[in-house]
Amino acid sequence: MSQEATKEFNIDTVDNAAGTPDVELPWAELGLKDNEFAEIVKILGRRPTAAELAMYSVMWSEHCSYKSTKNHLRQFGQKVTEEMKKDLMVGMGENAGVTDLGDGWAVTFKIESHNSPSFVEPYQGAATGIGGIVRDIISMGARPIAVMDPLRFGAIDHEDSQRVVHGVVSGIGGYGNSLGLPNIGGETVFDPIYQGNPLVNALAVGALRHEDLRLANASGVGNKVVLFGARTGGDGIGGASVLASESFDDTKPSKRPAVQVGDPFAEKVLIECCLELFKASLVEGIQDLGAAGISCATSELASNGEGGMQVELTNVLLRDSTLTPGEILMSESQERMMAVVTPENVEAFEAVMAKWNVEYSWLGEVTDTDRLIITWDGEVIVDVDPKTVAHDGPVYDRPYARPQWQDALQADTFKSSAAGANLPATGEELKAATLELIASPNLCDKSWITSQYDRYVGGNTALAAPDDAGVVRIDESTGLGVAIATDANGRYTYLDPYAGAQLALAESYRNVATSGAVPAAVSDCLNYGSPEDPDVMWQLAEGIRGLSDACMELGVPVTGGNVSLYNQTGDKAIHPTPVVATLGKLDDVARRTPSGWREEADGQAIYLIGTTADELDGSEFANLRGHLGGLPPKVDLAAEKELGEILINASRDGMIDAAHDLSEGGLVAALSEMVLRYGVGARVALDEIKQRDGLDSFTALFSESQARALVAVPRSEEVRFNDMTSARGVTVARLGIVDAQSGALEIQGEFTVSVDELREASEGTMKKYFG
Amino acid sequence: MSAELPLIGDYSTPSTEISGARIGVVTFPGTLDDRDAARAVRAAGAEAVSLWHADTDLQDVDAVVIPGGFSYGDYLRAGAISRFAPMMAKIADAANSDAKLPVLGICNGFQILTESHLLPGSMIKNDHLKFICRDQLLRVENNQTAWTNGFEAGQEITIVLKNQDGQYVADEKVLDELEAENRIAFSYVGWNPNGSRRSIAGVSNKAGNVVGLMPHPEHAIEAGFGPDHRGTDGLAFFTSVLTHLVGGKK
Repeated sequence: MSQEATKEFNIDTVDNAAGTPDVELPWAELGLKDNEFAEIVKILGRRPTAAELAMYSVMWSEHCSYKSTKNHLRQFGQKVTEEMKKDLMVGMGENAGVTDLGDGWAVTFKIESHNSPSFVEPYQGAATGIGGIVRDIISMGARPIAVMDPLRFGAIDHEDSQRVVHGVVSGIGGYGNSLGLPNIGGETVFDPIYQGNPLVNALAVGALRHEDLRLANASGVGNKVVLFGARTGGDGIGGASVLASESFDDTKPSKRPAVQVGDPFAEKVLIECCLELFKASLVEGIQDLGAAGISCATSELASNGEGGMQVELTNVLLRDSTLTPGEILMSESQERMMAVVTPENVEAFEAVMAKWNVEYSWLGEVTDTDRLIITWDGEVIVDVDPKTVAHDGPVYDRPYARPQWQDALQADTFKSSAAGANLPATGEELKAATLELIASPNLCDKSWITSQYDRYVGGNTALAAPDDAGVVRIDESTGLGVAIATDANGRYTYLDPYAGAQLALAESYRNVATSGAVPAAVSDCLNYGSPEDPDVMWQLAEGIRGLSDACMELGVPVTGGNVSLYNQTGDKAIHPTPVVATLGKLDDVARRTPSGWREEADGQAIYLIGTTADELDGSEFANLRGHLGGLPPKVDLAAEKELGEILINASRDGMIDAAHDLSEGGLVAALSEMVLRYGVGARVALDEIKQRDGLDSFTALFSESQARALVAVPRSEEVRFNDMTSARGVTVARLGIVDAQSGALEIQGEFTVSVDELREASEGTMKKYFG
Repeated sequence: MSAELPLIGDYSTPSTEISGARIGVVTFPGTLDDRDAARAVRAAGAEAVSLWHADTDLQDVDAVVIPGGFSYGDYLRAGAISRFAPMMAKIADAANSDAKLPVLGICNGFQILTESHLLPGSMIKNDHLKFICRDQLLRVENNQTAWTNGFEAGQEITIVLKNQDGQYVADEKVLDELEAENRIAFSYVGWNPNGSRRSIAGVSNKAGNVVGLMPHPEHAIEAGFGPDHRGTDGLAFFTSVLTHLVGGKK
């Protein structure tokens, strides 16, 4: 498997670099700042070679080094109790965090962004986003078991949304469906603020036995380093440093070549091949090749290991024989893995490669030099301390300050604004508003998207979108499984960056509990604008502070995630959008709670847990009226925790047959969604909550107060349910009953809307815009 | 495998004789639903035997399932590369032999069977050009095959449909022949989800031992994990073949 003839380049060797200190290098074009270049020269004691410059530039990019956020992200590691660490097997810093599930099982999950590539080239950008996160999961020694994808697009009626939505959805489907991983949920939000910066986040979850855990480190002097999977090509060069670490700007040339191209078949084969390697214990350490490609894999493996590494770069199998050493080091070609293998296992390793027809090449070995040395046909072109590349990159304390406009924004409440005048009051108006809400781009039925994804493969999917959380079984013999929900509300976070991040966690935590699972771990994808703008940096600092405080209070540790910055076009940043994924544990997924009632639930009582306040600022209804101002709903994490415990206990003890959390669109959206889930009607009255909470009908229906959920309780369980909630001092109201005969949602004294009307409103929107 | 799986219809618990049956499940590079197919085989009461595409030993199995997925990435054309696998030659020989090995091709397995000329027709991209995953209502048109004898003729069942290239096409002469010979095994009921000719969801060969269909019975065998989180209509495919095997040919 050796390379043909070695190419003739003017190779910039280390010796050459030492002898020619004044050669001009394109460090600025590669995204490095002058202080950063000076630092590299200081570290090396000479100018870097072209290959070293390529490595440092990608590894010190915002995307790979977290240089603007490192000082803030530390809070996730600091604000943890011993109790929170109890089940944490691997925390932040590895490819993905690992949580103990008991019975010898563990689960690993992570959410990541692939935003910029998905705008430039939606199909491949979204597809390779799935591919990358799945390889992170394999790198931990786990079998991937499901994926999810929270998406945010520009205005639904904007002409460019056609290109982006069709491309992203078919990219996620085209790649994900070919891997045999069920897509169990996500969210889809439309907002003009994301027009030039759509957010394509991808989550993958994997399961493993404790003994199968693998980490990314190269240890054992003399062990062999192997690169396997797809060949290295010219795609994705500069993806991390250029695309993901810069704002879009009309004046610069197309960045399409910086987007990687995916081959899902190669990835599927790679998954099976890796699992076979793990099963036979043939690899000592493993690392996927994602952002920054070989630069990242070699420097991280060497840096995390105990020694050094020696690599001969001409051994890399290429798709394009004209690539320079620097390009080979920077290429982000997909479907590649790097592993460390003991000499005794080389033969067995090669047999697995042969079985799956996977190409591989031995690049070098682990050394005791503490140096990462890369040669090109024997000549040294990289000689660095791998830690300076992988871990000791620049760290910035970016200036930040509360924006001057924040006070005015928060003072501009919905009900005091012109948009908030003449709110619906009569039954007829409330019904029209309900249908408008249900048909709105953000709340409408998203099966146009989810039906393009395989949610069944694997045979372990117990819940998937549109249920509150996706639920997958891990152990067929016991029913052990996990629930995952991803949530964020960019409008809330824009109004109050600290509270908004907490509300994102509160909602995903609530969604997981609604399915009956016990929340256990969090992964976050922090999507923000440019950190060089003090306003944005403040949003980011507040978001991280808010999220880390809330994780501490709810007792769920952050196990990993990703930061996506520079999501802005010109000066206009996206709303701060911290997408939070919560993972929960279910001892038996057969006990999971679906988000709607079926016909046989006829007559069951519908209870609203929690209290409602006048909280319409930042709401979906205000959004429909074109208003964004005021303060988001109040965060009450103690109430969220209490609500979660009620939902989990009620599910475990068989007290509820359906549950759905209240979030965007408030009570009326939740009721409509529960009715639409299986097309079974309900009859409810608002009198009790209006009187108790001092509300008018409109506010009772459309307010987005937090820590609330609707549940359906069988008549036989009502006494037990009420005993439990009153013993815990939690406010509940019996709103009404499931009515399987009516074929309608009746809000007594206000309006009745038929299931068909609701369905037509809900299902029409996506079809209207996307066919 | 849990023991309390509900069997639909009138199927009694498989006897020990039946549960001695060995059913092969073929894995190609890019096969996705092999584990699901094996689970369905076990749920029906038989032993699932893993068959590797590159091998040539059928391991004395009594029947074969070619599961769904994207073998070889569907590159070139769905099933076009897999048909040349050494295992496929063995399967074709056994299916065409006097022993008439029962073969079920699901989705990509169906595409491989048409590419192998074990079944007539071909599949092209869905008429709406999108991948589609939905709970699909089917009518059992022919309950006289090795894989459908457990259904009533005309019975309507719901199993999972999920594919990109699911539009069944054949020339009019072949379609007329299929109808005349009662070889249309399944039809889509209501909306035709991919533009298939005459709403055909699945067909059989003349002898009825080889059946192929686009929808996925293996995803509808266990309450809680199938269509609408409860459908188990797919299990009868796998109990049918056991009945067939006891009925004579084994």
